[in-house]
Amino acid sequence: MSEQKKLYTVSIYTENNVGLLNRISAIFQRRHLNLDSINISTSEIENVSKWTIVLQLSEERMKKIIGQIEKQIEVIKAYYHTEEETIYQESCLFKIKSHLLFDERQIQNIIKESNARIVTVNREFFVIEKSGRKEELELLHRELSVFGIMQFTRSGRIAVTKDEMKISKMLEAFQH
Amino acid sequence: MKDTQTLNKEEKSSATTLRISGSEAIIRCLIAEGVDLLYGYPGGAIMPVYDELYKFRDQIHHVLARHEQGATHAAQGYARISGKVGVAIATSGPGATNLITGIADAQIDSTPLVCITGQVASNLLGSDAFQETDIIGISTPVTKWNHQITKASQIPEVIAKAFYIARSGRPGPVLIDITKDAQFEEFDFSYEKCKGVRSYNPVPKTDIDDVKAAALLINSAKKPLIIWGQGVILSGAEKELISVIEKAGIPSAWTILGASAVPTAHPLNVGMVGMHGNYAPNILTNECDVLIAIGMRFDDRVTGKLETYAKQAKIIHFEIDPAEVDKNVKTDVAVLGDAKDSLSKLLPLLKSNSHPEWRQQFKDLYDIEYKKVIKDDLYPTKEGLTMGEVIKEINIQTKGNAAIVTDVGQHQMIACRYAEFTTTKSNITSGGLGTMGFALPAAIGAKMSAPERDVVAIIGDGGFQMNIQELGTIFQQKVPVKIVVLNNEFLGMVRQWQQLFFDKRYASTEMINPDFIAIAKGYYIDAQKVTKRTDLKKAVAEMMASEGPYFLEVAVEKEDNVFPMIPSGASVSDVRLE
Repeated sequence: MSEQKKLYTVSIYTENNVGLLNRISAIFQRRHLNLDSINISTSEIENVSKWTIVLQLSEERMKKIIGQIEKQIEVIKAYYHTEEETIYQESCLFKIKSHLLFDERQIQNIIKESNARIVTVNREFFVIEKSGRKEELELLHRELSVFGIMQFTRSGRIAVTKDEMKISKMLEAFQH
Repeated sequence: MKDTQTLNKEEKSSATTLRISGSEAIIRCLIAEGVDLLYGYPGGAIMPVYDELYKFRDQIHHVLARHEQGATHAAQGYARISGKVGVAIATSGPGATNLITGIADAQIDSTPLVCITGQVASNLLGSDAFQETDIIGISTPVTKWNHQITKASQIPEVIAKAFYIARSGRPGPVLIDITKDAQFEEFDFSYEKCKGVRSYNPVPKTDIDDVKAAALLINSAKKPLIIWGQGVILSGAEKELISVIEKAGIPSAWTILGASAVPTAHPLNVGMVGMHGNYAPNILTNECDVLIAIGMRFDDRVTGKLETYAKQAKIIHFEIDPAEVDKNVKTDVAVLGDAKDSLSKLLPLLKSNSHPEWRQQFKDLYDIEYKKVIKDDLYPTKEGLTMGEVIKEINIQTKGNAAIVTDVGQHQMIACRYAEFTTTKSNITSGGLGTMGFALPAAIGAKMSAPERDVVAIIGDGGFQMNIQELGTIFQQKVPVKIVVLNNEFLGMVRQWQQLFFDKRYASTEMINPDFIAIAKGYYIDAQKVTKRTDLKKAVAEMMASEGPYFLEVAVEKEDNVFPMIPSGASVSDVRLE
């Protein structure tokens, strides 16, 4: 098994309960691991949460951590995926001074070419939203930072897998 | 006081629901789960529950510990000897945090516990109220599951789930934190036992193909070695294990928590593995061709250096917890499932075998260990008493039928090496966490759970003073435990390491001890001290014959070491005899 670190996307299906965030994060914390990103949302199943965690790790350690995560009572199933196995996106927001939109004509081109979206405009500032892969978001950030960014924020990765997850089937099996 | 008899009848008619307080519901849930004994300590945020314990005192016996840590260890002792769920109860804040060491111990040693803590009223949560601690946050890494209740109506379902989770699959501790307002609140009570949790699969299904693959490897092995652990005891698979061992003629060793699952005198029982285990199974771990691990987790104290651990062998792992498979040692065949079930499936697939030459290797190495270590431990010729000869005397006088409760350190290793067990669930010790202070309270729980058995606590002078206050519990409850303190006036195991690895710099390991006999007598416990070999036999006899609790202090050689020893980070085959 490879000892080399790789970027993995972890998908976890869990019950939606207080305290579970603490329990899952403790699994990483006690191994002194830092996460690249974490996102928790509702899933395709009612009352089931879906977690998407991104981190760099050797596959051997990744497998052990998945075992520890699945062991938690309120975790339904946990998986890890390589970049090729998922379709993923991140999202970011830029807050920029409104006068730049008129003073710096290039900005309009950058927005157009990057497929970013203007969310709102007022006298003081306007907000651009861009979804895509991390590299696309970083490129846009580099291009806009030349003109000055008032605020910037980027979400964690969200991902779906190319393969089926079979969580509903698993839950049905538990009921019987 | 309420007429509990009537209430019982009401409980039986399942259609009726009772309008009762949350705190009364807690007690009724405990009774419904078969709890008749629990350990704890009262305080502000748990007072409504204690009020109900008073009302139900003819159905449920609450034992007042002298410290909440003592309550958890007592609940552990209760659980370990009986296989039932131990229950400990405490108030919020310091009461709750004092439970943590026992909970962590139960987590790492897979002991089923339900701990109930009071919490400040829900409107005060997060306000740094008096005796508020985030016990859910604090206990998360050391519990199998935990949950905070803020509404009385949640109590039955959550407590039912707590007991189910604590006892099922690989057992462990569960903590339930209940706010004071939820204890006071009235609601319509009805109770139903938990039969399953949809996100939790306690026992993975055994795949018969894996069992077949294991049988194939075992049947073709020339030098098979079994190492079993506590999983065998937790699953009640002792008989199945013995059948497997006998049919396939496999020398079998145990981890410290697996001790007593197979009688010590069994001819195929080759002793303990690990840091202070027996010479033969440690050496031969690195010579066997098939290593069969059953209900054990390849702890670092068992394996020594992983890079050189049983590299020549095919590894078979019978295990209930999928997260343990390949965690430390890579397996060739993993058989998931409950040991009792998987060993029953394995047995008919095994060929009868006896491996006489391979077994002779164990005997030869035992002879070496006997000459170099065991003889001097059990039949010393020097003036000072050894820990080993005290254990031997206890073996003789209890005929190996006592439950031995040990603390942590040299005396623990000596006791586990030399205790002669005839009955399973007879070795109660803190294995994974190594919690000094465990034995005295654990012995209380063990004795109260199994009053028909002799329970002998073997404790060092260091560990004894870590929960010495529980002598008060022993006195108040009149628990007839036999307490043996092996006093070498040192924190012996640390001193041994200082001698071997830190050039005898005995930093803070020497103990200037008080008069333990006076202390025991202060609690009205019969006590005596032995300093001479000639007095030992009579003193042990007096202890075992006494009807009440008894305290026996034995002054042992100050600077004796425990051998064999695998130095930290060394290979199992580098086990040292001196």
